[in-house]
Amino acid sequence: MILARQVFLDWLQNAARLLEQNKDYLTDLDAAIGDADHGTNMDRGFRKILQQLPSLKEKDVGAILKTAGMTLISNVGGAAGPLYGTLFLRAGEAVEGRSELDPGDLALLLRKGVEGVMARGRAPLGAKTMVDALSPALSALETALQEGRDLEAALHETVEAAEKGMRATIPMIATKGRASYLGPRSAGHQDPGATSSVLILKALAEALPHE
Amino acid sequence: MKKLINSPDSVVAESLEGMAAAYAGRIYCHFDPTFVCRADAPVTGKVAIVSGGGSGHEPMHAGFVGRGMLDAACPGQVFTSPTPDQIREAMRAVHGGKGVLNIVKNYSGDVMNFEMAAELAHAEGIPIANILIDDDTAVKDSLYTQGRRGVGTTVLAEKICGAAAERGYDLNRLAALCRQVNLSGRSVGLALTSCTVPAKGVPTFQLGEREMEVGIGIHGEPGRERMRLMTADQITEMLVGSILEDPQYSRQVREWDQAKGDWSEVELISPPFEKGDRLLAFVNSMGGTPLAELFIVYRKLAEICTRQGFPIVRNLIGPYMTSLEMQGVSITLLRLDEELIHLWDAPVNTPALRWGV
Repeated sequence: MILARQVFLDWLQNAARLLEQNKDYLTDLDAAIGDADHGTNMDRGFRKILQQLPSLKEKDVGAILKTAGMTLISNVGGAAGPLYGTLFLRAGEAVEGRSELDPGDLALLLRKGVEGVMARGRAPLGAKTMVDALSPALSALETALQEGRDLEAALHETVEAAEKGMRATIPMIATKGRASYLGPRSAGHQDPGATSSVLILKALAEALPHE
Repeated sequence: MKKLINSPDSVVAESLEGMAAAYAGRIYCHFDPTFVCRADAPVTGKVAIVSGGGSGHEPMHAGFVGRGMLDAACPGQVFTSPTPDQIREAMRAVHGGKGVLNIVKNYSGDVMNFEMAAELAHAEGIPIANILIDDDTAVKDSLYTQGRRGVGTTVLAEKICGAAAERGYDLNRLAALCRQVNLSGRSVGLALTSCTVPAKGVPTFQLGEREMEVGIGIHGEPGRERMRLMTADQITEMLVGSILEDPQYSRQVREWDQAKGDWSEVELISPPFEKGDRLLAFVNSMGGTPLAELFIVYRKLAEICTRQGFPIVRNLIGPYMTSLEMQGVSITLLRLDEELIHLWDAPVNTPALRWGV
């Protein structure tokens, strides 16, 4: 399957829609263990990306994703801005100058993005962060492709793995980010960052062209 | 909750516009991206010092911009870190050819945004140092948390490093001094009431009439424990005791290695206080506690330190690092040596701290 630039423009558009629809939900999750602004901040960042989309129609995939990353870095603030900004920036750098990708390229850009997030945030698995959704999702995508499944099935498994990882954050005690100051009081709440990561991966799966 | 504002969305910008009007000729407020810098920036031949963080802690940091302290401050939204492009623009505006020291409070958002800004500035050829302040003894370990938060010692580090930069310290020496101040300072905070973020309009947490929250940070986040309200003397005794008895604190932090052009992990150790240490005592209002009550705290603090053999040789008392209108207090104790005393006494001319000029 060939992934043209339109897939990536659609990814960003879908993500903006899903984050807007879930804005209050994300903020409520954040109110319990953080500072009650995750939904508002993500919505503000992806709204800015939407404004940029018309100017990106003729750009290559690398440029599209890097612009998205820089937009998030400049407009979101807090911890989510640098983390999601790095995700898209590193993903874009991995496919610099390319206007068409194959499924292996998609796995590569996601790997570079997730590695970027882990380097920036220094959160290991199990710290109750977005890494708990992103890391298993990446493994699921790579495994599915290696085992020869088509991209649609592979992305379905990717989202399922992310959702499973997201739900697994509920009993965790946070050891990174602002929730970590709550110690044991952070258990019993789903991590807002893991939740927004699931939405962004869902947006990617929905952007796949139907053959 | 009543607030003296026009609209929750314009609080940060309108407040900065007011500061710019009040201190015209001394500070300059740049918008889009937002930063505040010395009117005479860049100062050629001096290392520039940049700090920043969420708004809502006024006068920190914009009130500390001026000769003898910060070259620039980057205010984010209320309790939200500034973005890397804000910080990079500020660094560009104040870089006088000798590099830039960033003083960063240890909160995940502040740390990441300043790190990205430092990488961008490095790519443009600006020599940088990035020193974290993590002095909040309410956070006990660094292994299972983000590590200690940056609180009161930040104000003291900005003053001391600002004086050193004016005296011609180069970037490496200034970074080492900033690290030393951080490792010599310890703080703890307490809230009698919550604060209300303008955009939310409701208090961040609820405290009963007879309750207090001990070990708070500066963002209205809950503290270490909730206790029954005590008298000022009892509270001061508890807070000072927790600082003076705090054991050695070690942690890994990421610092910029200018020679390598990359980050490196370093282990830092804050030694405990020892009898005979000469101290700077900083009693800070969280915004809503009046000066009269701060002096009641200082009275007891001075008595305890004298009794226990810790001479207080300098002090700072007032609202310098606030959490909006929160009622509460934080106490910071900083171990001084001759060099630090000298730098503390040096002239400073900023909106919020001014002496010797």
